[in-house]
Amino acid sequence: MARLHEYQGKALLAARGIAVPRGGVARSSHEARVQAERLGGPTVVKIQAWLTGRAAIGGVKFATDPAQAEAVAQSMLGMKAGNFAVSEVLVEERLEINRELFVSLSIDDAARAPVLLLGLEGGSGIEDRAEAVTRIAAHPVDGIDRDALRDRLERSTLPRELIDEVERAIHAVFRTARECEARSVEVNPLVITKDGRVMAADCRVTIDDYAVFRHPELGIEIARELDHPPTALERIAYAVEQADHRGTFYFAELPRSGKPDERLIGFHGAGGGGSMMSMDAVVREGFTPANFCDTSGNPSAAKVYAAARIILAQPGIIGYFGSGSGVASQEQYWSAYGLAKAFIEMGLNIPAVIRLGGNSEDRAVEILETACRKLPAKVEGYRKDDTPASVASRFRALVEARKRDVPKMSRHVPTFVGKASSWSLAIERGRVWIDLSACDSGATALIMRNSLGLFAESKGRPVLAVSEAEAKDKDSEFIALEVECARAGRPIVFVDMPLKGLDT
Amino acid sequence: MAIIIDESKRVLVQGITGREGQARTKLMKEFGTNVVAGVTPGKGGQQVLGVPVFNRVGDAVDAVGAVDISVIFAPAKAVKDAAFEAVQSGVKLLVLVPDRVPVWDAMEIAAAARANGARFIGPNTLGVLSPGRAVLGMIGGKAESAREWFKPGHVGIVSRSGGMTSSCGYYLGRVGIGLSTLVHVGGDSVLGMRIPDVALLFQDDADTQAIVVFGEIGGSQEEDLADLIATRRVTKPVIAYIGGAAAKEGTRFSHAGAIIEGNRGTHKGKVEALRRAGAVVVDAFGDLPRATLEVLGERGA
Repeated sequence: MARLHEYQGKALLAARGIAVPRGGVARSSHEARVQAERLGGPTVVKIQAWLTGRAAIGGVKFATDPAQAEAVAQSMLGMKAGNFAVSEVLVEERLEINRELFVSLSIDDAARAPVLLLGLEGGSGIEDRAEAVTRIAAHPVDGIDRDALRDRLERSTLPRELIDEVERAIHAVFRTARECEARSVEVNPLVITKDGRVMAADCRVTIDDYAVFRHPELGIEIARELDHPPTALERIAYAVEQADHRGTFYFAELPRSGKPDERLIGFHGAGGGGSMMSMDAVVREGFTPANFCDTSGNPSAAKVYAAARIILAQPGIIGYFGSGSGVASQEQYWSAYGLAKAFIEMGLNIPAVIRLGGNSEDRAVEILETACRKLPAKVEGYRKDDTPASVASRFRALVEARKRDVPKMSRHVPTFVGKASSWSLAIERGRVWIDLSACDSGATALIMRNSLGLFAESKGRPVLAVSEAEAKDKDSEFIALEVECARAGRPIVFVDMPLKGLDT
Repeated sequence: MAIIIDESKRVLVQGITGREGQARTKLMKEFGTNVVAGVTPGKGGQQVLGVPVFNRVGDAVDAVGAVDISVIFAPAKAVKDAAFEAVQSGVKLLVLVPDRVPVWDAMEIAAAARANGARFIGPNTLGVLSPGRAVLGMIGGKAESAREWFKPGHVGIVSRSGGMTSSCGYYLGRVGIGLSTLVHVGGDSVLGMRIPDVALLFQDDADTQAIVVFGEIGGSQEEDLADLIATRRVTKPVIAYIGGAAAKEGTRFSHAGAIIEGNRGTHKGKVEALRRAGAVVVDAFGDLPRATLEVLGERGA
């Protein structure tokens, strides 16, 4: 995750010379007791959760001895914190605090540079008291303006003998941010203890999603800024994104109200801005998107297919709304193929409205609508001249008129898949199957017409016209062929691309 | 007039031999952009669509003369070095197309650009297009689409979303509004030119009469534009839509810059700041063309 827990952040700070309290993480109450025994003396137990105000929800408690630490940890592990259950607590020596400072290194988008926010009076809520915080400029390579920082510290009421150490700690916060490529490192508070030590008592570190690839040492599983730990579907989606860099694929589940009248829908956007605008339009029609999703940047049909499958796997959705900017620079028919394959394969039983405006929109809409015409639920495609508001309104009408007695959705794999009599070829993300037993001259001609040069005819049967190596990354073309055959009423081609975690 | 790009500007393409580089060079040339050279290390001596390719930006400049703008299509992790090479070779304006450029790289590029008196657009930009004149990057995808969708005229567009740059341009065109220039500033949090910078360029452009803005949650670009309006440094009418009314705090919505952090960068905050300053902010995206027509009508345009 692009956000680090407190204990992970403290390890990064400690490695760069900032003192942190002695302590260790515990994943069971027994482990908490062991940690407290090791530390000796009074301890503090803190839930490891991505939210502010942990103390207010009972997430920070003191313990005088190991037995109490165990009991406190017992009460915390499994408790609900924001969107998730606590699975880790940090057990630390309890500090005798004399003074608290606020140190935050973040990115100033207007200055296009890092900036230090420094509160020498400290205390909780300091980040919202603008007058108590000094901003000091920084350079991405050279670091914090040394003279400005020194001057600010010398004009403060800090004990003179501690200024050097506080200054060193603040420069180390910058080094932590730079070396780990953090979007922000917040030490709140940096404390001065009664015995005169300067320590990071708490910290929040967020790593730049786009730099995670350069930092395997951070052990970040999913490079996504989310307000919750990744869900099962988010993990599946992230694996798809990582395995296929053709275009963007972003998927995040959104919080639900849980109210019985909530009208949950699957949401499939294209492009960041277009997705947000489309989500706003569908929310104005009274729906709650179960997820946010964006496939764009000329995504492969396979990626759009995977996205649709993941969206449809969300329980309780009553419709599928797809819309991007509406005037896409990319060729839109690849997205239509990916969507059609997913809808047919799953036997879509909720209405789907997809705004496919942009280059080749006529072809895209025709592919989608004709391929899906026999499904239990209605699938409609729209063009750039159809506004988001009108399409969202049409979607509402379809959802309200939807049939309730429809078969459940499940993944349908044709019977010719896996048969020795079928032709098949392993490709990068799955396997292509052709039902040779159904390959009469008409079917072979159909394949020839729609295989984009991948097949040639030999003795009335289709044979691969390119090398197997060349065919490996042609998954989008094979998906197009599958959908074209289905549109022609001859479903004799199937691209089997099971999603790890969903189908296997 | 137009801002940033017109047919007279001499353009270099870094990463010209790659798949994206070639496809976009085709779009640019067919639309009217004066592409004078390309660069791909190790591919010097080749030609792409009749454009000579060089190993280094310095070699290209030595051979074809100074260039005004470099459009970069390198892989994200190579963008920093490509940008350094361009500014050190004297190029004064860069367009960084790639997505997923690490934010510390973007800040280093900004520092290097500043030190060399250069500016940049992006990262993660679809580009800049002046209808009837020239395009940088990939707006429109194909020259024929770009010509069909965007008509020359007197409204400037600046957007944080690539797709919505095209969308704004198309929907304005449908009600008869022509455009001076469309600018996609990029979806990231650290950008070379931000919405307020582009608004100032439109302010100084004699041909632009009004500015249409597609903003988003996150960051402070819209608030900074509101400050420019409030302090009368931008006096041309501004008509805006801000995406992300339905977005929640703490989750990034695709664009690296589209994240509400604490109480900063909220939809409400941006809408209120712009309205207070005197901009027209529409609640539904579809109202943008009508609102723009009304504003232009009031100005007697």
